[in-house]
Amino acid sequence: MVATENVAREYKVIGTRPIRPDGLEKVTGSAVYGADIKMPGLVWGAVLRSPHAHARINRLDVSGVSAKPGVLAVMTAEDLPEAEDKVVDLGEGDIDFHYASQRIMASGKVIFRGQPLVAVAATDANTAKEALKLVEVEYEVLKPVINVHEAMATDAPLVLEDLTGDHLGEEVSNTNVAKHFLHEFGDVDAGFASASTIVEHEYDLSTVHQGYIEPHNATAIWNMNNHITIWTSTQGSFAARRQTAGLLDVPESKVKVVPLEIGGGFGGKIPVYLEPIAAVLSKKCGRPVKLLMDRGSVFESTGPTPGAWLRVKMGVDKSGRITAGEADIRFEAGAFPGSPVGAAAKCVFACYDIPNTKVDGYDVIVNKTKTAAYRAPGATQAAFAVETIVDEICDKMGMDRLEFRLLNASHEGTRRSDGPRFPRIGNIEVVEAAKASPHWNAPLEREGPDGRKRGRGFASGYWFNVGLKSSVSMSLNDDGTVALVEGSTDIGGTRASIAMQAAEVLGVSAEDVLPTVVDTDSVGFTDVTGGSRVCFATGAAACAAAQNLIKEMIKRAAMIWEIAEGDVKFEDGNFFAKSDPELKLSFKQLAGRIEDTGGPVTATASVNMEDDRGGFGAHIVDLEIDPDTGKTDVVRYTVVQDAGKAIHPAYVEGQMQGGAVQGVGWALNEEYFMDDSGAMKNSSFLDYRLPTSLDLPPIETIIVEVANPDHPFGVRGVGETPIVPPVGAIANAIYDALGIRLCRTPMNPGRILEALSSGNGK
Amino acid sequence: MATVFIPLPLRKYTAGQQQVVVEGKTLRELVDNLEANFIGIKEKIVRDGRLRPGLSAVVDGRPTRRGLLQPIGEDSEIHFLPSIAGG
Repeated sequence: MVATENVAREYKVIGTRPIRPDGLEKVTGSAVYGADIKMPGLVWGAVLRSPHAHARINRLDVSGVSAKPGVLAVMTAEDLPEAEDKVVDLGEGDIDFHYASQRIMASGKVIFRGQPLVAVAATDANTAKEALKLVEVEYEVLKPVINVHEAMATDAPLVLEDLTGDHLGEEVSNTNVAKHFLHEFGDVDAGFASASTIVEHEYDLSTVHQGYIEPHNATAIWNMNNHITIWTSTQGSFAARRQTAGLLDVPESKVKVVPLEIGGGFGGKIPVYLEPIAAVLSKKCGRPVKLLMDRGSVFESTGPTPGAWLRVKMGVDKSGRITAGEADIRFEAGAFPGSPVGAAAKCVFACYDIPNTKVDGYDVIVNKTKTAAYRAPGATQAAFAVETIVDEICDKMGMDRLEFRLLNASHEGTRRSDGPRFPRIGNIEVVEAAKASPHWNAPLEREGPDGRKRGRGFASGYWFNVGLKSSVSMSLNDDGTVALVEGSTDIGGTRASIAMQAAEVLGVSAEDVLPTVVDTDSVGFTDVTGGSRVCFATGAAACAAAQNLIKEMIKRAAMIWEIAEGDVKFEDGNFFAKSDPELKLSFKQLAGRIEDTGGPVTATASVNMEDDRGGFGAHIVDLEIDPDTGKTDVVRYTVVQDAGKAIHPAYVEGQMQGGAVQGVGWALNEEYFMDDSGAMKNSSFLDYRLPTSLDLPPIETIIVEVANPDHPFGVRGVGETPIVPPVGAIANAIYDALGIRLCRTPMNPGRILEALSSGNGK
Repeated sequence: MATVFIPLPLRKYTAGQQQVVVEGKTLRELVDNLEANFIGIKEKIVRDGRLRPGLSAVVDGRPTRRGLLQPIGEDSEIHFLPSIAGG
């Protein structure tokens, strides 16, 4: 571990590796997930989805469904309130209820395959599914557009006929481009004119899915008093409440969301899909309704990360300084506006100090399911382009790849390509740690067994991380433990990291803080578990709540000792009287004497944190490639990342490793394989190839700690940065091994053989 | 006085100026002073008394969490950017 600045403080809990509080329940199968929900009177829902990517609905007849025995309710788009064209902040991105309502249930036209048309509730799951076969639909199939090239063609069919595009501030109709924006700083033309080396490429990236193992689910009760309770797998119970309430046109206070254990999300479980449907069906049949999504629907109807096309150009002068960078970034939004192209524009040149930059971003509507966030959304696509161009520049100039990156590294004060200047960041420290790493300094045998070729790749990456709102409540138990209640759903081990931060402040052990994630009625507003924010922002709320708890305990100690509050101090988990060294109570001792001092001791805190200054990572990968088959094996992989301060290093390492694995899959295997009709042909885990533990070596990690001054312990978010560099690093390793520069994902055996057969290889 | 970077769509209100210098102790004051100098620009930044949905104000490198109540320093740098999503 590499530490810099302010992180040399001695901690008792921070930096240790306690057993996760939810571990026992998860390994013994007693943890409750959405599929486990049972309750009296529960009935099952099922959803009929469009088989077409683009079609007009000429007739929809559900009369036969209602007549089927066992069917209790039928829902179509007519059962959703008229959604106003209103955009609401979800903390991490916005929701436009006009379009979100159409995503929940189609009306008049289907614009992506898998779009819901009809939902039913029935006494059992099979009856519900069988009932859907009685729905009569007549479609007029329309030509779909399934990538940005088709969507932006002059004669492209319109996906959203009512869309008004924002093209550099001008309102434009009859377009599939929802937004075109431009960031421009310095003089790009002059920058390129002063360059001695210029490299420019175009890149194509396929749509990929987060691949969370647990499918979406929702169970809802709409009570007679018009209160709705929803049990669901979500990254944000309050975000789910806001979306559901908005879509159903009920006050948020009438909706309670109970977050269950979550089997992965990575950004894909921020939008709601089934929750409003379950609620409407429940209202119609007066029973709790449960819906589970199958894997095919997860692929075709939820939010993957977008397919993208990019053109990136960079220029460097004779001294090795980057003089200009230009990017044209076009992202598939899916069937409704809102791709992460803005984030891509923010991150694209973020690792470098470039005086002249120009970035065009396009949010493009296509006949695919609406995209959602996926771990550092947009940044991986951008880094793929920039990091491979940087390597090519180094080759052309004969410069060392890491020396070049250090020479041009962004730092405090560097202006990002979207305008703002960086605060204190750890980019340089990360590249230096990579340069000093055992992996980078290990020799690489170029020839593997049976003629296989080896190559080493490197790439940097940036993700900005966010802050936002979090709330934490605590209550002191008489045995000296502290119950901690939080609203952040736990995807990556945050129960432990939040409890540890509270424990450090309270001077107790990690095991003495008992964290629970609760529903929206039981804790203050908390934004989504996303944007790498929970350990940072909810952790800060936990620290603040712990400080408040101590303030109250100081009052109680003063009462017991009959001295002034100002005469009591708290240090190392003990309360002392400043004026009398004999008066001392440990945290646990005082907890046991609270009863007679005025009742329970509780504390709360809420924060609204500014963004956490961002995280940088650098990845090193060694590949072994069979030039006869194109098969690629990852033989060594190292992740270097700035964590600010690693609260629970094992969880930080787990995030770094998990992000790298997802990036490896994105680079080498994963893609939405679409046919011309807009149907995904590989919508199962048999055909959509996620990497498994059998595909990968142990992933080495190096945690760099450049403290974040905005957090009590210096934390920076760590969840998203590790998926940014892998695609670029692997492309660079393929080039190093074979001499072929691939600019399209996935870089699978077919693409490698195709490139080799064109004669470009070494 | 604070420096405001004007995004391309709003430059028609500033006669093409990419940066303008404006007074204001809060973002609200700053936007009001922008409007006084560049009529029509406020409507593109503020709706119903708040920052427009989909728009993020970045003050000194950080997206503001206090909206129009955000304090502005004497030498602050302000950008208005599309708000963006994370994961």
